Amino acid sequence: MTLRRREVVRDLLKERKNLLVVAGLGSTAWDITAAGDHDLSFPLWGAMGQAAMIGLGIALAQPKRRVLVITGDGEMLMGLGALATIGVQQPKNLTIAVIDNERYGETGMQRTHTAHGVDMAAVAEACGFRNSELVRKKKDLGKIVHQTQGPNFLQIKVAAEKLPLVLPPHDGVHLKERFRKALSDVLAKKR
Amino acid sequence: MQPDWPAEVHRELAAAGVRVVGYVPDAGHKRLIDLCHADRKMRTVPLTTEEEGIGLACGAWLGGEKCVLLMQSSGVGNLINVLGMVSVCRFPLVMVVTMRGQQGEFNPWQVPMGEGSARVLETMGVAVRQAGEPQAVAAHVRLALTRAFEGMAAEAVLIAQRVIGIKSFQEQRSQ
Repeated sequence: MTLRRREVVRDLLKERKNLLVVAGLGSTAWDITAAGDHDLSFPLWGAMGQAAMIGLGIALAQPKRRVLVITGDGEMLMGLGALATIGVQQPKNLTIAVIDNERYGETGMQRTHTAHGVDMAAVAEACGFRNSELVRKKKDLGKIVHQTQGPNFLQIKVAAEKLPLVLPPHDGVHLKERFRKALSDVLAKKR
Repeated sequence: MQPDWPAEVHRELAAAGVRVVGYVPDAGHKRLIDLCHADRKMRTVPLTTEEEGIGLACGAWLGGEKCVLLMQSSGVGNLINVLGMVSVCRFPLVMVVTMRGQQGEFNPWQVPMGEGSARVLETMGVAVRQAGEPQAVAAHVRLALTRAFEGMAAEAVLIAQRVIGIKSFQEQRSQ
């Protein structure tokens, strides 16, 4: 059965605890918000193509914490070079999950390159990701998100569907400050 | 005696606690890049395009660390849209940019972006500091680091081509 994006994202974020999460511009930012807004989430309202690099920056700054980037196929395609950069850095704590509906969902559902067969999981593997997987059926991805040594890449094929918008806060300063505050609280508790 | 500006800039970055250095290489940055690579407290991140550096720097700050970017002026053009995130979120940003297309340029294709760099940065909300002499570079970088990391500003230090002093393609190749 074809996977549905909101269920996939809800499953990725269940038992998230102190997981640090970045979501790319567009549908994936709404998806993580539908799963429950969280201070340790940084949903993007712009900077298309940079979700994976923001994840790398967090992963290098916090090597002992797990980092999950959830983004769309269109967003990842705009910054494919980031996969090469991440492959060089080899962050053990970073997972990138591409929610691949093969469409630009916010601009009229035009087909993306993945609809024409571009295999991003193969690109990630060729770039040196330790694990890279194409996911078409429901499966438990908790282990890869929380435990498996990365960098990890998941290309998760989902149905192309228009869903109700569930919008995160859009004040960038607020999103930045709440993330840093929540992270420093987590770190203070560990001490 | 000419001041050793790359060593001075490296000392400023170290003193400010910069832990991540993202770069797209430039011949003018060769020594500074080498110094950052040799510094065990700094994580150097080669980028495929300058735009990636903005994501890297913002992510590092979200994670509680300071990042600085090194690039040449041609790369400034690759930053434009993503600088919007820096502005909207008031992320601190420090970029050290070596200039092309100025006095001593051998490649005319470098001229348009070189001439446009300062205006492009200012248009997108980045404060521009022009270092025209080798002895001015470190002081500009120190100020940029303070303004950025203490005042949540976006800052670029542009190092004039005459400071770098590369005059020909052959000279660049032989470095």
